[in-house]
Amino acid sequence: MKEKVVLPVIHSQNYEINKEEALLIYQDMMLGRSFEDMCAQMYYRGKMFGFVHLYNGQEAVSTGVIKALQQQDYACSTYRDHVHALSKGVPPKEVMAELFGKETGCSKGRGGSMHIFSAKHNFLGGFAFIGEGIPVATGAAFQSIYSKQVLQSKEDIQVTACFFGDGTTNNGQFFECLNMAVLWKLPIIFVVENNQWAIGMAHHRSASTPEIYKKAEVFGLPGIEVDGMDVLAVREVSLDAIKRARLGEGPTLIEALTYRFRGHSLADPDELRSRDEKAAWVARDPIIRLKNYMLVNNLAKPEELKDIEDIVHKQIEDSVDFALSSPEPDIKDLRKYLFADDKI
Amino acid sequence: MKKTLMFDALREATDEEMEKDNRVLVIGEDVGHYGGSYKVTKGLHAKYGDLRVLDTPIAENSFTGMAIGAAMTGLRPIVEGMNMSFLLLAFNQISNNAGMLRYTSGGNFKIPIVIRGPGGVGRQLGAEHSQRLETYFQAIPGLKIVACSTPYNAKGLLKAAIRDDNPVIFFEHVLLYNLQEDIPLEEYVLPLDKAEVVRTGLDLTIITYSRMRHHVMQAVDILVQEGYNPEVIDLISLKPLDIKTIAESIKKTHLVIIVEECMKTAGIAAELIAQINEQVFDELDAPVVRLSSQDIPTPYNGKLEQATVIHPQQIIEAVKRLVKLQA
Repeated sequence: MKEKVVLPVIHSQNYEINKEEALLIYQDMMLGRSFEDMCAQMYYRGKMFGFVHLYNGQEAVSTGVIKALQQQDYACSTYRDHVHALSKGVPPKEVMAELFGKETGCSKGRGGSMHIFSAKHNFLGGFAFIGEGIPVATGAAFQSIYSKQVLQSKEDIQVTACFFGDGTTNNGQFFECLNMAVLWKLPIIFVVENNQWAIGMAHHRSASTPEIYKKAEVFGLPGIEVDGMDVLAVREVSLDAIKRARLGEGPTLIEALTYRFRGHSLADPDELRSRDEKAAWVARDPIIRLKNYMLVNNLAKPEELKDIEDIVHKQIEDSVDFALSSPEPDIKDLRKYLFADDKI
Repeated sequence: MKKTLMFDALREATDEEMEKDNRVLVIGEDVGHYGGSYKVTKGLHAKYGDLRVLDTPIAENSFTGMAIGAAMTGLRPIVEGMNMSFLLLAFNQISNNAGMLRYTSGGNFKIPIVIRGPGGVGRQLGAEHSQRLETYFQAIPGLKIVACSTPYNAKGLLKAAIRDDNPVIFFEHVLLYNLQEDIPLEEYVLPLDKAEVVRTGLDLTIITYSRMRHHVMQAVDILVQEGYNPEVIDLISLKPLDIKTIAESIKKTHLVIIVEECMKTAGIAAELIAQINEQVFDELDAPVVRLSSQDIPTPYNGKLEQATVIHPQQIIEAVKRLVKLQA
């Protein structure tokens, strides 16, 4: 059945959220921001290598979506994956150790920044090519339906959140998977983090229809545009989408309008985005916005937020210590993990 | 024993494994209602339903990736390439995510997936439908590659591939589906990594796989009548190569001819010769001879197509030349 396409939601300023939830969300966003700031430091100090894509500015999306999921749900990310993994519960020290290339990293030092994985946390990965994670996430969602209907699972339907950027929505895998997900009513949320830029390609220069949420209409799923700098708005639309998915009502496309505060990667000179554009978005910093909301609405006292910042600071320090003191993989294990029996 | 056609042997393997393990499913174009373009999944949709025999839209890269995601999260999908050539469109998923993801994730996930279907040069199907892709996939780390060649080995190997916890690319041959032979009534499973010694002999070792096995055996029938005594090995596993079985044979015969359907450049034989040189160079009495298909897109014209792949007469001549040189 074709769903009615939902028009952009104009959000009221009052969200249903209790203090405990708000503090958890604040902590997750702080963790994401602080982790990435530390990555930049460590990268420039020569502790991590290769391409490192930081998430600063987009925290409301990761936190807003993933913290609305249950533990048994799946998340699937891109090459900008550290913070999605953290939100999904992968310990910061395991992600940091991975970035340092250590054996204690969540991918045993074999993956690196763009290949964060954790089966234990149902984190399907860090996919480094544009769009290739979408079919994989669609497969996880297919598995949820299969488990329910064929394997007679008694558990709730697991929901998969699949993240990707505006640039990816010009790629065939996006359209192919929207089609399949609607055909089979898969419990998946397609989350577009529209940060306006695909490296140096401005979104409006690459998309014939720049409003990505509108692309849902022809496939027959709800397409929702949301302010990706407002974590509570993201959370609200996510909770709705997750509810639909869990009830077996099918997928949702969420377009979160957001911005990355840093270059595409730490190797990007970031020369194309104007100072004014950046300043306008930085003024909408999602963490400051949440902080103000919490203070104004008596959801937290300043000292409580300070306590959270201290906890996060300590976590990040610990993760760096852990990564520094962890061993590198042993050369004799060079071929380990190639096959499931690890004999070859 | 019962007389069984190749496509039926493959269907039986799929059916038996689906019956045994309800995590096993088939995904692909026209595998369900239509029963598969070569009828390998005939009747399975009626027996197992929509989800276990899933007809997909024509979106190879996406449904292959979807199967990988399902495998990562606990299912055991069999992806049918309606024609293996179409899987060029899924190359990214097969390489990055089927082949490499387990390693890249530090062993977080296993990917028990079988990607199977008809490959090889058919009868005037044109270049795109007549590809020799085994070598394209050969370089991908983390994959096992198998080529079946008879109803007997097709059934036993496919069952093993479905049970394997690793991604297996399983090549059938478009011209072998109607091959018929007696296969056991009772269940059997064959190892994925063992070459099959098709005929023992002393004069030389002929190594081959898939449809070329049958061209080799036609040639061998004539050669035997003329007093030659070749050993014939069907590789079965194109990756990893069963170099142990091959080396044992070479230690006995000291002469090798490789007959392959893939193109010569960077072909299966190219890799095999390198491994033979590394392991048993001193056992060779002459350079290894390879008979490969031409380095061209498969032409449509029947005569040109014939001339593209190796035929029994060329094998006979190559054997005589090589054995005579040593006499």
